[in-house]
Amino acid sequence: MYAQLIKTARSGITSREDMSEQEREFQDKIDNDIKIEPRDWMPDDYRATLIRQMGQHAHSEVVGQLPEGNWITRAPTLERKAILLAKVQDEAGHGLYLYSAAETLGETRDELVRLLHEGRMKYSSIFNYPTLNWADIGAVGWLVDGAAIVNQVALQRTSYGPYSRAMIRICKEESFHARQGYHAMMKMAFGSPAQKKMAQDALNRLWFPAMMMFGPHDSDSTHSEQSMAWKIKVKSNDELRQQFVDQTIPQIEYLGLDLPDEGIKWNEERGHYDFSDPDWDEFMDVIRGNGPCNVDRLNDRVAAWDNGQWVRDGLMAHARKKAAAKVAAE
Amino acid sequence: MKNEWPLWEIFIRGQHGMSHRHVGSLHAPDAEMAIKNARDVYTRRNEGVSIWVVEARHIAATAPGEKGPLFEPSESKVYRHPTFFDIPDEVGHM
Repeated sequence: MYAQLIKTARSGITSREDMSEQEREFQDKIDNDIKIEPRDWMPDDYRATLIRQMGQHAHSEVVGQLPEGNWITRAPTLERKAILLAKVQDEAGHGLYLYSAAETLGETRDELVRLLHEGRMKYSSIFNYPTLNWADIGAVGWLVDGAAIVNQVALQRTSYGPYSRAMIRICKEESFHARQGYHAMMKMAFGSPAQKKMAQDALNRLWFPAMMMFGPHDSDSTHSEQSMAWKIKVKSNDELRQQFVDQTIPQIEYLGLDLPDEGIKWNEERGHYDFSDPDWDEFMDVIRGNGPCNVDRLNDRVAAWDNGQWVRDGLMAHARKKAAAKVAAE
Repeated sequence: MKNEWPLWEIFIRGQHGMSHRHVGSLHAPDAEMAIKNARDVYTRRNEGVSIWVVEARHIAATAPGEKGPLFEPSESKVYRHPTFFDIPDEVGHM
């Protein structure tokens, strides 16, 4: 979710007959819900796919700080400011848990960051949309983190131990994010007509980008099959999207806001809401780098990294000097 | 010289925890910064009252391949568990 269009490092799905003895044992473990741990044997493609997915997930957490950080200094009250600071700090922590989990597979954090900065790895498309006003901050917490929770709750059951444990920890913290967002939306929606209008506008603009977070339709998601067999992915894109829609509509109704999509209708037969597709051309365009904020987001990340270089180097030099002095003293 | 900060494994003891538990890892230039970072990353919600940090390269661990020879022998020794022994109710709590 925070991971979209992850290319599985293997095309199609490998049948049992085509597996080596080792791979068959590996698949048996996965089928029996036994977690794979860092030093266990695993197919190279499993490792590569996981690094891509966890890396993209980590990058999303970190880049996701930017649209919200944008409003920290302009939060309407001191309390909202403290809450937003705590949330943005959580995102940094989530990025770190995920980088750490990816590192257990032998890829360093610096290398993953380098790939992001060179444009060779991605982050979720959602963060290429701007946060234009305070209502957007409420809507991001509610919808974007809400969508993230749907995905991440499923991923708690993912087959790779360190990834699963990171997800469990993240989910605990993430529900604070969604609730603080919805709380901010309640204030706006139940406030003055002007505030309500802002809340409606934020919902309208962020609804479809939030839907895109789950990635393309299962029928167009060609890489999913092997990832599902490996339980790197646990639920399909369409399943997760439906779950998100079903849980969010009553929340919109409670706020007294208009539904952001005319296609939303309860389908008695399916027991789910019907809804319209987001604009998939727009989605692909944002993924390709042409969203409203792609350039700014990456520039900000690269600048933060480059401007922090002297701090990282300085602290390392200090640590080396201290270690050397300690050896000399002994 | 490569300036990537080394990796540290973080162990936290909670308020009512019996012992320090591994919670994850992070990068830091030295032990002092590792503790400071661990406080920020792993104890934002009252998770702990004590932190241990160990540089990851100093941890020795069993290999996955040794699992059988190391841990299977205990599987056949059920008599090591108190529930193996039936004690008549008349004897009372033991």
